[in-house]
Amino acid sequence: MSNGQNGAELRLVTPGMAIGPSAGMRVGSGALAQNDTIIATRLGWVKELNNTVSVDPINSAYMPRSGDLIVATVAEVRNNLWFMNINGPFQGLLPMSLAPWKVEFGAARQHMGIGDVVLARVQEVDECHNVVLTMKGVGLRRLNQGSVHSVPINHIDRIRGEGNATLQRLREASDCRIIVGENGKVWVDGDAEGTAWARQAIQLIQESGHKNTFEAELTALEKNAPKKGDA
Amino acid sequence: MGGYGDVQLLRDDGLRLDGRKLDEMRPVSIEAGILPAADGSAMVTHGLNVAVAAVYGPMEAHPRKIQRQDRAVIDVRYNMAPFSTSDRIRPGFNRRSREISKVTAEALESVVLVERYPRSKIRVEIEILAAEAGTRCVGITAAAVALADAGIPMRDLIVGVASGKVEDTVVLDLDKAEDNYGQADLPVGILPNTGEIAFLQMDGDLSPEEFNLAMEYNFKAAAEIHEIMVDALKRRYEGGEN
Repeated sequence: MSNGQNGAELRLVTPGMAIGPSAGMRVGSGALAQNDTIIATRLGWVKELNNTVSVDPINSAYMPRSGDLIVATVAEVRNNLWFMNINGPFQGLLPMSLAPWKVEFGAARQHMGIGDVVLARVQEVDECHNVVLTMKGVGLRRLNQGSVHSVPINHIDRIRGEGNATLQRLREASDCRIIVGENGKVWVDGDAEGTAWARQAIQLIQESGHKNTFEAELTALEKNAPKKGDA
Repeated sequence: MGGYGDVQLLRDDGLRLDGRKLDEMRPVSIEAGILPAADGSAMVTHGLNVAVAAVYGPMEAHPRKIQRQDRAVIDVRYNMAPFSTSDRIRPGFNRRSREISKVTAEALESVVLVERYPRSKIRVEIEILAAEAGTRCVGITAAAVALADAGIPMRDLIVGVASGKVEDTVVLDLDKAEDNYGQADLPVGILPNTGEIAFLQMDGDLSPEEFNLAMEYNFKAAAEIHEIMVDALKRRYEGGEN
């Protein structure tokens, strides 16, 4: 079994494929035990850590967790709450009590309508997968400008980089405000040139972020970044 | 299953009209991830059949009345393109496509871990671009690859495959003439790793011995197609972690 940590030992598995014997091993996410064998349930890379075998999926839907910072879109409005599209299998619910404004019953539409984009945090996810969002918190707000880009969930860490290093480089080079939501939505706000550059850089990170040549490619792209203070 | 006695479907040398042996499959090729807008997609070419499958979701199930509190629903739409056969097919749903959509959804529900996504919906669109015979099986195979490509958790990669009977002889993977003029057709959805059957239909009559032989052929073909499916998925992501 590969440990999934070393690029040379990565092992790609498909659903139903046997990973190894289940004796003495714990079954992690993306796998299940069947007749003394651990089988993969997802397409992904086998990972073995602390006697736990799991599969790092190549593609996956966003599964909300309490505390996640997400970029959500209003999908439905009721008198006292909003249903938000959080880019996952379930809609998020934002009650008026957790909105940043004082909202009267029946006046929810006056604050946010369908299609509005917000920066919110996941307050709670219960066992029935009911997702409650909050906009009470530092920096949580309605996003009135900028653009939202979609990226696969498994590319988010790659865009952030170690200790947010890559994200910080993007912010500085593009001179844009960039927020990466845990739900695979990236908000970019800046001038047209900066936004276009940031978009290009995010694309590059997705395509080459895992390759050895990535550092050189990003440095080359940074040279084409729009010059700050030109305007 | 006309069973017309005057149509010769086996040659004098024991081979079939297209030169295949009795237990020989038509050539199969699979490509995963062909549609950029879908969460997962695949194209399967099986003989002259071409099927494209796209998977979207899991997503909030709408309308709400179709939601299940304990599991996801799989919404399959099987459709044959108007140009997929020599006679133009009238676009839109018909009795046959509704039936195939339903049986395909039920077959997929038995392999997808639907309990992971309660109240949500997984949308599977199967479009048959060219039809020769056995499109429901090709559709199931395409859907399985597309589901895996979309990262949907599954117990196994389900494979659609069919056998049948022509001129009182059991043959694997019927082509158009054999399907139209043969005596029986046995499409099956097989889980190759566990050997389980997720879907089985039978058109025409088979004796128990013939049925067993047909299933033997089906399992053999399913193992071959499964290898091609795995290879297609691996090919898409080869060259390192993507």
